[in-house]
Amino acid sequence: MKYLDEFRDPEIARRLLDEIRRTVTRPWALMEVCGGQTHSIIRNGIDQLLPEQIELIHGPGCPVCVTPLEMIDKALAIAAKPGVIFCSFGDMLRVPGSREDLFAVKSRGGDVRIVYSPLDAVKLARENPDRQVVFFGVGFETTAPANAMAIFQAKQLGLSNFSMLVSHVLVPPAITALLASPRNRVKAFLAAGHVCSVMGYWEYEPIAAEHKVPIVVTGFEPLDVLEGIRRTIAQLEAGRAEVENAYPRAVQREGNKPAQKMVADVFETGDRLWRGIGLIPMSGWRLRESYRDYDAEHRFSVGDIHTEESPLCHSGEVLQGLLKPNQCPAFGKECTPQKPLGATMVSSEGACAAYYNYGRFIAPDEISLRV
Amino acid sequence: MTELNFENWTCPLPLRDYPNIVMGHGGGGKLSSELIEHLFVPAFQNDALAELGDSTVLPFAGGRLAYSTDSFVVRPLFFPGGDIGDLAVNGTVNDIAMSGAQPLFLSAGFILEEGLSMNALGAIVDSMGRAARAAGVRLVTGDTKVVDRGHGDGVYINTSGIGIVPDGVRIGPSRAKPGDVVLVSGEIGVHGTAIMSVRQGLEFGAAIESDTAPLNGLVAAMLASSPDIHVLRDPTRGGVASTLNEIARSSKVGIQLDERALPVPQIVRSACEMLGLDPLYVANEGKLLAIVAPESADAVLAAMRAHPLGARATRIGQVLDKHPGLVVARTGLGATRVVSLQIGEQLPRIC
Repeated sequence: MKYLDEFRDPEIARRLLDEIRRTVTRPWALMEVCGGQTHSIIRNGIDQLLPEQIELIHGPGCPVCVTPLEMIDKALAIAAKPGVIFCSFGDMLRVPGSREDLFAVKSRGGDVRIVYSPLDAVKLARENPDRQVVFFGVGFETTAPANAMAIFQAKQLGLSNFSMLVSHVLVPPAITALLASPRNRVKAFLAAGHVCSVMGYWEYEPIAAEHKVPIVVTGFEPLDVLEGIRRTIAQLEAGRAEVENAYPRAVQREGNKPAQKMVADVFETGDRLWRGIGLIPMSGWRLRESYRDYDAEHRFSVGDIHTEESPLCHSGEVLQGLLKPNQCPAFGKECTPQKPLGATMVSSEGACAAYYNYGRFIAPDEISLRV
Repeated sequence: MTELNFENWTCPLPLRDYPNIVMGHGGGGKLSSELIEHLFVPAFQNDALAELGDSTVLPFAGGRLAYSTDSFVVRPLFFPGGDIGDLAVNGTVNDIAMSGAQPLFLSAGFILEEGLSMNALGAIVDSMGRAARAAGVRLVTGDTKVVDRGHGDGVYINTSGIGIVPDGVRIGPSRAKPGDVVLVSGEIGVHGTAIMSVRQGLEFGAAIESDTAPLNGLVAAMLASSPDIHVLRDPTRGGVASTLNEIARSSKVGIQLDERALPVPQIVRSACEMLGLDPLYVANEGKLLAIVAPESADAVLAAMRAHPLGARATRIGQVLDKHPGLVVARTGLGATRVVSLQIGEQLPRIC
């Protein structure tokens, strides 16, 4: 595949690291917003290679992690209904609701299927006219255009047996909410490249100006992440707070206009619960009134399911960068990838699972961490 | 009125007039014996099987036996580069070969789903016969059952096998020692990627074929070059990462991989990037991992490279005396990460 080796070159990585090392003079806490970036940082060991002054805080940008428990319970209730084909992206299947996960529903006879695109679910609905096909539409701005397209197509085709359980979340309101918190430690953001490829980055300009934080649009390969960090540190050290695009091969300032139009046609902005964080005003997308017939919550009358989160789980503080995963009292004890309490332990992109799987729970002297 | 017993009912028509498996093929009657005589015996052709007794009597000269069994549930039944038939033969041949033994005899148990096309079964059985001949083993006993339509995925196959361990060979999963070298016989992640490429809902039309192959010849060549091979494993389900974790645990040693040295073909990397999977966890069917004493590593590697199934063999890591039970990898950038045992199946990531 093109675009892999070019962005993993160890020699260029070393040069970027040298430049970061030369530039940094004091401690800075940066937040990478997207779970995909967290995954890349941990998988490649980027955090081990950075100078000690730079602390990376893993942000709330993993859709699996921030989907509220209540929404998972609604998914479980719908998936268990006879006649339903419940479709989801793979890693949502292992997210525990208050009692079980979608795998457990499947083992009891629920028809739960992994799909790779919401359009595959639309296809299933066409092929199974006597079944109700439901797609679990979670994610950030990145997955929204395809989900909107699925709803749009279902309506065009007059499919009365397709619906979507929607739990879409938006990055800019989450960043604003974090910055408004009195406990906030984050001094700069690596913005999520793929979210910006859809939405552009103009939305971040007022945030950077108002809160005086650098925001650098950053990709996912090791060199992308290092370049994002390099530019962020350069801004912080120079006292600048601007929006920069370090991912120009995928992102333009205005974003992808046709995708935005599709999203705006199907979804409208509304308040949204974030797992472990709470309600953030106007931070999600829900189906517009004109598409209400395709809303699974409405079709299956699960609106009255309300669930409380586990008191042992500190995923909210982890997502806000107030706690490192291994500082949580339940980490590796009550909470492991086998038996996750919170969703940050479930997804391979979740900050807690990344720590657990890629060894951040091991004392540094046990493995030769530093090069 | 007496109850009708359709189980033992057989149609007088010969096998070729049944385009599909019917319940009677598992009933032990005429249909069953036709299936055996017209399909299995010709495909597996050998004297030991031809007697068709309740058990097969085989000669044995003493020494140590290696004995293994494996069941095969594969969807789809036919995939690029192979099918459930050659997979079932090679799988058990390889499990036996991983103790250093030369596999000799195999059994085959079939669970057929009513309605399975006779052509499909014929192709599978034929492919088993070819795989057995290629590996130099004989399929000497077997069994067939038929389950109702909807109660199976076409066909499930169990194979068991027996092999003889040569004198002086001591290979086992707990024998890895600090200082040993980790070798792999070729490119990793190929079988799993080939299966994924044709799985329903995910067809990505990649030109990639399963690497299914019998490894006993390669193992014999390696042992001829040096008896100082400590561990052999074929990294099937769970891939290289899971197999090395198992070795690290049973040998109570640490293992360090060099990610840059891992032979991952471009197409496997692309597929894994697209699906959010890690090639270290993707299944292989014709590759082995060898853990070898450092002084023998060069000789064993040369012997592997001289064999067609080990032409791309390479060194990927070493055994350490620290962090027992843990596998770590040096990343492309020179950092270190833990390569953990995965929980359940790898799930494609959301974005």
